[in-house]
Amino acid sequence: MSDVESVGVAELKGSDDSRVLASYGLGSCVAVAMYDPLRKVGGLAHVMLPESRGTDSEEIPGKFADIAVSRLVEKLVQLGARRTGLRCKIAGGSKMFDIPGNNQWAANSPHTHIGARNVEGIKRELERLRIPLVGEDIGGNYGRSIKFDTSTGEVEVKSIYHGISSI
Amino acid sequence: MVSGGTSKDLSPKQMDALREAGNIGAGNASIALSQMVGKKVGLSVPRASLLPLASVTGLAGGPEVPVAGIYMRIKGDCPGSILLLLEREGALSLADLMITPGMSDDDDMAVRRSALEETGSILSGAYLNSLGELTGLFFKPSVPGFAMDMAGAILEHVLVDVAEFEDYVLVVETDFKISGKLIHGHLVLFPDLGALGAILERLGVPFE
Repeated sequence: MSDVESVGVAELKGSDDSRVLASYGLGSCVAVAMYDPLRKVGGLAHVMLPESRGTDSEEIPGKFADIAVSRLVEKLVQLGARRTGLRCKIAGGSKMFDIPGNNQWAANSPHTHIGARNVEGIKRELERLRIPLVGEDIGGNYGRSIKFDTSTGEVEVKSIYHGISSI
Repeated sequence: MVSGGTSKDLSPKQMDALREAGNIGAGNASIALSQMVGKKVGLSVPRASLLPLASVTGLAGGPEVPVAGIYMRIKGDCPGSILLLLEREGALSLADLMITPGMSDDDDMAVRRSALEETGSILSGAYLNSLGELTGLFFKPSVPGFAMDMAGAILEHVLVDVAEFEDYVLVVETDFKISGKLIHGHLVLFPDLGALGAILERLGVPFE
């Protein structure tokens, strides 16, 4: 894997020249890696929240699950992917802190288990757009980094506590 | 787009006032830390900056750097978040400074964890107390949350709390160092941008 390009929080990038896209230190955010294996076009979105609630902007195309997934599809089709040939893998969505009575997972918080809700939001969009989810490494209470080879669709997942694996 | 429509317009004067407030807070926090460990604590000049979301996860030297993070939400007149980040090895040394020898063996992470939570709590408390005295505003920190992992994963959690409706995040950071030890820390205040007006007014630099 060479020529690695980083995709930071709320960013979205595509590649039609076999680049490796990476997201480092994913916590509750979810990396959405989408690709067309035949055309060798792929893209990555670093999703931070499940719903945009009208606060979406072009500047931060990957922030919200409900918008990022369809934007990623558009981007890949623009780059020459087949709409019906797309596949997807996801990683991240963990729960990094557990603060008793005062956290994102408190029952009355709008942030209730944000990592899991990001995953749900992304899966809902993938289903709606009929894009098969062919791999996932999600949940838990630890951080992950991923490297996504857009020419093969291979996603390498690395964490401090669980080493390196591939989805 | 930045909701609230004000945060992007922060003037150099306002940034200076926030940095100075951070300086006073961090000064007080360093005294508390110095008393706790019985050693001198060195401080950097604080920085105040408005960062895009994608830059925030790099704050502690890079998103993959292993750190201990002690995190508190702040409630009261000016909500926000405060985070103490310690480079992992340094965090373990700091915990050992606070633990009475013989009280635990080296593997006892639970004891170290609670020592670090205590450190975060005391530092943030001291910081917010002096901020409260300076502004006459009430800052109430939550109980601390603890994680030891990649810095980016920890900072993402903070982002969700402070930047649900924002594309930018205001950070007031100070680095500190415990003399004679390889212990480096990073104390970061994240005021919620929507509540910033209150603190700026008390600092004498209100939005026009």
